[in-house]
Order: sequence, then C-alpha cells, then structure tokens
Amino acid sequence: MSNNKIREQVVENTRNKSNTFERIIPIILLVITLVSIVATIGILYTLISQSFEFFSRVPITEFLLSTTWQPYVGDGEWGIWALIMGTMKIVVIAAIVAIPIGLGAAIYLSEYASDKVRRLIKPILEVLAGIPTVVYGFFAINFVNPILQSIYDGFGLYNAVSAGLVVGVMIIPMIASLSEDAMSSVPASMREGSLGMGATRLETAVRVVIPAAFSGIIASFVLAISRAIGETMIVSIAAGSTPNASFDVTEPLQTMTGFIVQITSGDAAFGTNLYYSLFAVGMALFVMTLIMNIISSWLTNRFKEEY
Amino acid sequence: MTLIDKDIIANKRSGRQTRNSILKWLFFLCTMFGLMVLIMLIADTVADGWDSLDMEFLTNFNSSRAESAGFYGAIIGSLWLMVVTAPVAIVLSVGTALYLEEYAPKNKFTEFIKINISNLAGVPSVVFGLLGLAMFVRALALGNSVLAAGLTLALMILPVIVVASQEAIRTVPASVREASIGMGATKWQTVSKIILPAAIPGIITGIILALSRALGETAPLVVIGVPTTLLVTPNSFLDSFQAMPMQIYSWVKMPNEEFQYIAAAGIIIMLVVLLLMNSAAIFIRNKFSKRY
Repeated sequence: MSNNKIREQVVENTRNKSNTFERIIPIILLVITLVSIVATIGILYTLISQSFEFFSRVPITEFLLSTTWQPYVGDGEWGIWALIMGTMKIVVIAAIVAIPIGLGAAIYLSEYASDKVRRLIKPILEVLAGIPTVVYGFFAINFVNPILQSIYDGFGLYNAVSAGLVVGVMIIPMIASLSEDAMSSVPASMREGSLGMGATRLETAVRVVIPAAFSGIIASFVLAISRAIGETMIVSIAAGSTPNASFDVTEPLQTMTGFIVQITSGDAAFGTNLYYSLFAVGMALFVMTLIMNIISSWLTNRFKEEY
Repeated sequence: MTLIDKDIIANKRSGRQTRNSILKWLFFLCTMFGLMVLIMLIADTVADGWDSLDMEFLTNFNSSRAESAGFYGAIIGSLWLMVVTAPVAIVLSVGTALYLEEYAPKNKFTEFIKINISNLAGVPSVVFGLLGLAMFVRALALGNSVLAAGLTLALMILPVIVVASQEAIRTVPASVREASIGMGATKWQTVSKIILPAAIPGIITGIILALSRALGETAPLVVIGVPTTLLVTPNSFLDSFQAMPMQIYSWVKMPNEEFQYIAAAGIIIMLVVLLLMNSAAIFIRNKFSKRY
C-alpha cells in the first residue's frame, strides 16, 4: 500500500516538473522556426515597398521595355534590359563551360569511378565550391583575362568572356554533384540490365542512365544557372560597369548584381531615384532566381516520384 | 557454314569499345578540370602575393600606400563578425531543424516552412544585402555595424545549417529514439540527451561549412556599406568594422598594380583560414560520426 503511494508520488512529481517544461520547448522551437518565415517576409516587404516607391517615380513601362540604363544622366534612364542582357551574356558563357564539363564529371563519378576515386575527388569539388567569389574575381581579372588578351587583342580589361568563364568554373561543382546524385539514384538493376545485354558503359550511361535521371540533371542545370544569375563579385570585378544591351562579348558590361554593388559601394543617397532603383533591380533579380529555383525543385520532385 | 561472322562482330565491338574508352578519358578530364583550375588559382595567387606576406602585413592597418597597407583591421573585423553570426545562426538553425524533425506536425504549414527554407537557400546573397540595408542598417538604425552585418549573414547561412542539421538528425535511427522513450524518458530528454548528441558531428560539420561561407561572403557587406579604410578595430557590436573579403575586394578594384599583390596576400590568408575550417569540418565528419 505505502509502496504504491510512493510510486504514484514519484510519477506525479516527474510529470509535474517536466510537464510545463515539455510543453514550453516546442513553443520556443516553433518561434525560432518562424524566424525563417519572418526573413522571407522581410525580403519581400523590403523589395516590394521600395520598388513601389521607385515605380511611383519612374514608369514601370520604361523599366520593363527600354534598353537604355543611364542612372547618372539627368533624372536617369531606367531600362533594365541593358542589365538583363549583361546578366544573360555572363550566364550563357558560364553555361557553355559548366554544363558539358559538369555533366562529364558527373558521368565519370557515377558510371566509371571506383568508390575510392569518388572519395578522393568529391572533397576537391567541395573545396572548389567553397572558394569565396571575390577570390574567383581576382583570378578572372589577373589570370584568365591576360590569357584571353594574349589570344585576341580585342578583349578589354573588362569583358563578358573572362567573367563568364570563371562564373562557369564556379558552378561546375554544383552541376557535377547534383547530376551525380540524380544519376546514382537510378536503380542499379537498370544499369546491370543494360550492361548484361552487352552494352558498353558509355552506351549504358547515354541511353539508360541519363534518360532515367534526365529531370534531375536538368534540375541541376537550372539551379546552377540561377546561381550564375545571382553571382555578384566575379562580375563586379571582371565584367566592368557599363550597362549595354549589345551582344558583343569583348565589351565591358554590367549585370543586375553588378549594378547593385556599384551603387552601394559608392554613395547612393537615401531617398534618391538611384537608391530606390537598387530595390527594383533586386526585385527583378529575386523574381528570376525564384522562378528558376521553383522549376528546379519541381523537376527534382517529379524525378523522385518515378522511382 | 558459319551463321555468325566473328570478324564482323569483333569489328563492331572494337569500335564501340574504343568509343567507350576515349570518352571515359574525356569524362575523367572533365572531373580533373576542377582540380586543375584549383591548382592554377592557388599557384597564381601565391606567385602574386607571396612577397607581400610578412609580419607587417598582418599587423598593419590598411593604408593608401600599398607597401604599408596591412590586413590587421580586416582580420579582427572578420572575427568580430563571426562572434555575432555564429551564435545567432546556430541557435536559429539548430532550433528550426529540431522543430521540423522532432516536433512539427505533418501538415500544410510545416510543408510551407520547409519549402520556404529551401527557397531562402536560393536567394542571391546580394539580395540578403538589400534586406540588411533596408532592415538592419536603416529601419533599426544599426548603421554599418558589426551587428547589422552579422545578423544579415546569419540569416543568409540559416538555410544551409538547417538542411545539414535536418540530415544529421534524420540519420539517428528510430530504434535509439524508441529505446529512450521506452525507458520512460520524456520527449525533450530524448531529444536533448539522445538525439542531439548522436547528431552533433553532422550538425557541427554543417555549421563550420556555413560559417566558412559567411566568412568569405563579400556582396552583402558591400551592400551594407562596410568601410575599407578604418584605422581602428571595433570596441562594441555597434561599431563599424572591416572584413577580410571586403578588404580584398577594395584592393582588387584599385587601378594601381601594387595593390593586386597585397590583394593576393590577403587572399592567401583568407584561403588558409577557410582551408583550416574545411579540414576541421571533414575531420569531425570522418572521426566522430557514429555508426549505428
């Protein structure tokens, strides 16, 4: 009888003591979790409210349709196409470098390399992915560009090719490792079936593994391109600060990110058109990268459902 | 009569085999391309920066003359920055990961939080800079202080640590968790005494990698307006400061060739710090990760 009472007492004590605590913990953690939502709301609110101010001064039609970006002349001319063209030139050059090399590396790692080789090479890709972009910028202007200039003397100090090539190098690890993930998750039975029918590793990779992992591979391209669009320091250092909507890759140019850095590293006085234009450009950048990220995760999820 | 012409088959096969081995080498070259660039990048930087790398460079403040310009202010400033970024980012992200993995009910709202975090991971760093500029620098009037920049970077690396921590927590097998609950431990006792200790190597690896990203990040600092020619180190979190990547950027942008050499010297210091951090992360991952 008394034994039971003690047991009840113990049970009750532990329950009382821990109950409030146990109930508070999830609430604290939930509040912490909500910070990420607050951050998103903060980004959206900042971009939308300040862009709104910008578009009350500059017609949105000019922003979206004009191809001249001249913030310093008079009240300024604000045609974002000049900046988008700059970004696109960089992205296309980067993609031309990064997609074949990244995919080639992914095929090697997933279809040819032994476990040992893979364990050696993956950390190298991680180190490459961890190099700060300002270092890549230095590399672009002090190493890559002099080589380009020695090949063809039409290249100026700032141009799309040196910046684009190095942005390409920067996104290779991303394409390689995400594509490799997609290819590795193709079931071994499919690969073995193909090899067993007498196909070579190359034929297996090209006709079986890549088609099966296709959406995952495309997702990695899209994500890498989104990263290239948002890349800032390489283009600020090596691509120049002359917005233009031409297709010439030997000229200096300016990207959306490059513009934001140029204006904020000088003094964009609070309340000027120039200050608010930062947020309008930021908004365009945010929307473009968000769309690409959504496409990429949609492709990845679709792929996951298949197997 | 032979139905199978072995010569034709051998011919066809050899063509396919050759193609296979040629492309194998091509793919191998693609894989090695990254390593080759890494070697060129390091060789170029060391060749440019080695001569400027001395004690004076480490103990001098920045200067308008290349021969006396140093990295001291930037090194100390980056340390201050990490003192703000690290605790804020760690508390927020590990808390978020614990909530999502251990407590969150499976509903639309939880799903929304997860999608939101993965989208946050894709937001360009320069946009986080704009958030910092409008929110922390202007609205909260923190100016270009250590606190404003530290909070901005903490938000930027939050998704990275959340995802790494979630993965680490997920690798703790259900059996361990059930054993703890079965022995009468409460939910929080299980989480704090069983799951966290088991997941901590993975979480720490994620934290170190994220912090090394924050340490090398330049764009948000430019947008916030971090100065490059201060002659003092900060005394409080509300003082302005310098930072390593920002300092390097300002030197790279100098037209004077001398400054390219000290920029290279700065890069060597920063890469050594990052390399140490990365090695620590890899070491912890390999040494302490528990196998169940």
